[in-house]
Amino acid sequence: MTTILIKIINRFKLVSQNIQFILIGLFFLCTACEQSAWNNPYPDSDSDKSIYYDSFSERPKHLDPASSYSENEAVIIGQIYEPPLQYHFLKRPYELIPLSAIELPQAIYLDADANELPADAANEDVKQTIYRISIKPGIRYQPHPAFAKNDSGKYVYHSLDKNDLRDINVLSDFVESGTRELVAEDFVYQIKRLVKPGIHSPLAGFMSKYISGLHELGKKLQATAKDKKEFIDLREYPFIGAEVIDRYTYEIRLNQKYPQFIYWLSMYFFSPVPWEVDLFYSQPGMKEKNITLDWYPVGTGPYMLTANNPNRHMILERNPNYYGASYPETGETSDQEQGFLDMAGQTMPFIDMAYYSLEKEAIPEWNKFLQGYFDTSGILSDSFDQAIQFGDSGDPELTPVMKEKDIKLLTAIRPSTYYMGFNMKDKVVGGDSERARLLRRAISIAVDYEEFISIFANGRGIPAQGPLPPGIFGYVEGEAGVNPYVYDWVNGKPKRKSIEDAKQTLAEAGYPDGRDSETGEPLVLYFDTVTAGAGSKSVLNWYRKQFEKLNIQFVIRATDYNRFQEKVRKGTAQIYSWGWNADYPDPENFMFLLYGPNAKVETSGENASNYQNAEFDELFIKMKALPNGPRRQEIIDQMLEIARFDSPWLWGFHPKAYSLYHAWYGNAKPNLMARNTLKYKTIDAKLRKQKRLEWNKPVIMPVVIVLVFLLISTIPAMVTYRRRQQGKV
Amino acid sequence: MFAYIIRRVLYAIPILIGVNIITFVLFFVVNSPDDMARLHLGDKYVTPEAIVKWKTERGYEKPLFWNSDKTGLEKFSDTIFFDNSVKLFAFNFGQSDSGRDIGYDIQQRMWPSLAIAVPVMLLGLLINISFALLVAFFRATYIDIWGVVICVIMMSISGLFYIIGGQFVISKLLHLVPISGYDTGLEAIKFLILPVIVGVIGGIGSGTRWYRTIFLEEINKDYVRTARAKGLTELTVHYRHVLQNALIPILTGVVVVLPLLFMGSLITESFFSIPGLGSYTIDAINRQDFAIVRSMVFLGSVLYIIGLILTDISYTLVDPRVRLES
Repeated sequence: MTTILIKIINRFKLVSQNIQFILIGLFFLCTACEQSAWNNPYPDSDSDKSIYYDSFSERPKHLDPASSYSENEAVIIGQIYEPPLQYHFLKRPYELIPLSAIELPQAIYLDADANELPADAANEDVKQTIYRISIKPGIRYQPHPAFAKNDSGKYVYHSLDKNDLRDINVLSDFVESGTRELVAEDFVYQIKRLVKPGIHSPLAGFMSKYISGLHELGKKLQATAKDKKEFIDLREYPFIGAEVIDRYTYEIRLNQKYPQFIYWLSMYFFSPVPWEVDLFYSQPGMKEKNITLDWYPVGTGPYMLTANNPNRHMILERNPNYYGASYPETGETSDQEQGFLDMAGQTMPFIDMAYYSLEKEAIPEWNKFLQGYFDTSGILSDSFDQAIQFGDSGDPELTPVMKEKDIKLLTAIRPSTYYMGFNMKDKVVGGDSERARLLRRAISIAVDYEEFISIFANGRGIPAQGPLPPGIFGYVEGEAGVNPYVYDWVNGKPKRKSIEDAKQTLAEAGYPDGRDSETGEPLVLYFDTVTAGAGSKSVLNWYRKQFEKLNIQFVIRATDYNRFQEKVRKGTAQIYSWGWNADYPDPENFMFLLYGPNAKVETSGENASNYQNAEFDELFIKMKALPNGPRRQEIIDQMLEIARFDSPWLWGFHPKAYSLYHAWYGNAKPNLMARNTLKYKTIDAKLRKQKRLEWNKPVIMPVVIVLVFLLISTIPAMVTYRRRQQGKV
Repeated sequence: MFAYIIRRVLYAIPILIGVNIITFVLFFVVNSPDDMARLHLGDKYVTPEAIVKWKTERGYEKPLFWNSDKTGLEKFSDTIFFDNSVKLFAFNFGQSDSGRDIGYDIQQRMWPSLAIAVPVMLLGLLINISFALLVAFFRATYIDIWGVVICVIMMSISGLFYIIGGQFVISKLLHLVPISGYDTGLEAIKFLILPVIVGVIGGIGSGTRWYRTIFLEEINKDYVRTARAKGLTELTVHYRHVLQNALIPILTGVVVVLPLLFMGSLITESFFSIPGLGSYTIDAINRQDFAIVRSMVFLGSVLYIIGLILTDISYTLVDPRVRLES
């Protein structure tokens, strides 16, 4: 091809000998392309290294374990901090196991006279609950300047002033670093930090209701902070809610029975933070230099954050002081055959570094995954058809293009629920009247969530039969788990009742054919939602059509998120849609969304529908205190029946997570509760390098052709110019 | 001229105060301090006490413009507006609502923005002027007609198309450069090639059309006829006479945008994952971070005013007939 082009160019006598050399050079360049990919965004020297590559679209807001509460933040700090407990990587249903603790703490219940009560003691008898936690000795923190000491044993960087920080811009500018052993006091210190002025832990208010003395401690610290501008050493503040027993043991004291508290011990709010680190970051000038715990986390986990430039990348590297936990040796029965137990008993972590790049847009992110530059990817709607097709059985499978690249698919139902709620304080749709209840049920039948999932979620979800998603205790499969007010059980599967049934129910509610039987006025309902650009228009139109099936006029009141929240908070919304992601895998964390005392209007709680049912609330208290078992299941069944009967929500759907990963990424089993999963993963760097080169060979010829075409296209212009100069034009 | 510049700088002060007031009013019409607190604290488990605490620690518990509980000057000075505005005039941007030093962030993020904006501007200028001269040189021929048609087509295509098309062809099909990303030092070059090519090509249509108009206006002037009458070649006439005189409007057009190059481009930086200033303001608006929004609007206004002053000064440099009188 190159020779032909040269001949063409020579024919027009326009190219010098030099251009031939350039083209020949390009030819040799093409052969050199075999050795490296030009579009590799990472240094070639990293190709053989065990590095995990992923992306993030939004910078994490907080990396301080007292403030952080978002998914995208957990991806980073989950690998750095080690709270007392964690979720088993392989076992389902999700199971808590020790992390930095030696064993799972048992709740000790005490009455008003501090006498110990049995585990099944009634809620009202329990006045205190104590969790005694013993941590593993010998765990050490990552290297950090806060721990650096000089020869005389004094901390090197604990009495800095602004002058000392003149040449310091990032944490790595501190030359010295040190470490120390993790002790129980660090956990106690962090619990105190939840109410420390300036930190704004989202959990402070919630935990103050449970942890003894936390509210009072917060008030005291607030008062101290007004007078004292320098560092507040929390060790000096006695606190009944969390006390050190010995070097490796501490106790947390609650003011009531709260069995779900143990789940919180697997979250980063309860990770250790050493006083040295708090003091280090509190020094004058640090905040102005953006050197804070919110930016440079310090933990005992398998990784440490060595580069935090969330406008570009965030890099986690192996913590050299990590004690080295072992890969689990047990799991589900299918784990062995799927290879998830191949590394059983081996010391973790397996990957040396994790490199997260900022990718704000989905298209480049997806293309980089296909090129092998990201190891895993989610699937957005835009690229869904490119990645997934549905087989004859209706199950999702990868398209031939994906299979050709040996890309794998994993699916899992999220512990989440998306629902449409009725404001139970509303005069039309709310309240406990039979009329309103039947109206809500008619709408529940009419809004076809199967269709919604198919159109707007590419089939990634299952219609909800109640607030509990699969995988959470209390969820029942099969006919027994179906909402009988919306579905019939037909041919071994749930079938939504017909629209005629919905119309009949609506007529029984007093709105035959969508008109008020008393006034003859058409029924008009209002849907409050957040404007989310042009994409949301089709969703809103779909909702309107669902209500039109019942001849109900459906008015959409779209607004910004602030106003929407305000409406829900004040109880002025009529119908709204919302979602909930589980904090922990317990039915309490879903049922409390319908618990009366959590009503949004009265208490700013999480019951956005302001649903109140005395029987439901009573059962909730009982269910909350019980361990998983037949008795608890019985109560949950009763609660579900009450909730389905009252229909304060259209139960909506539980989303399904689809994720793709390359063949070189190992132990990819999804765990949607655990956040510290990077340590379990493996990378086959050799295979990745080979595939990247194979998939990304530079293609030069089209560029050469375009350049030659441009050169040729100048010929007529040159001819015209010469003619004009010669006076022919 | 010095007095003129001083006068323009003094004029800038009321403009900046006005911009500040408008930004403040627009922001707080849409977002209340309560909304800001809720967004920062998250959706779950947030208590009213936590919101009050957040506002108090950041000074958002105060009235917006007028504090009737205070006396004297404090009625005005003990307000959110005063707290947030005065320091700006000393270019002390303070801290963002999430606790980051805004000045430091701006310093860090302006370099990647410049790394794209400067080559795009210089290369674009060179290519646009060359194309414009070419079509002007062949005016009223098929080259001119087709040149204009192609320019109009290129102008009509969305910038996003160039970006996605460029990424698809150059990175995905030809595998020549990374689709997106950024690095420092010489390593940055491979990441800049594509956004610069896309930026230059995307600007060819409008740039060439504009410069062609300028050149055609010059070509019809008397001095050009005189030059031709002297027997100069067309090439000399165009490059030595027409180009030089046409540079005055081109220069003014370029100088006015020079300071704004710091501000970056939102879409380009988003698609190419360039950590510049382009997305800084938009991200801040989405996060309801008023401290960053007001700083960036203020900085943009200052740079725009500087651009206008520089334009006036550049007139005097390129055209001896222009004098700036106070």
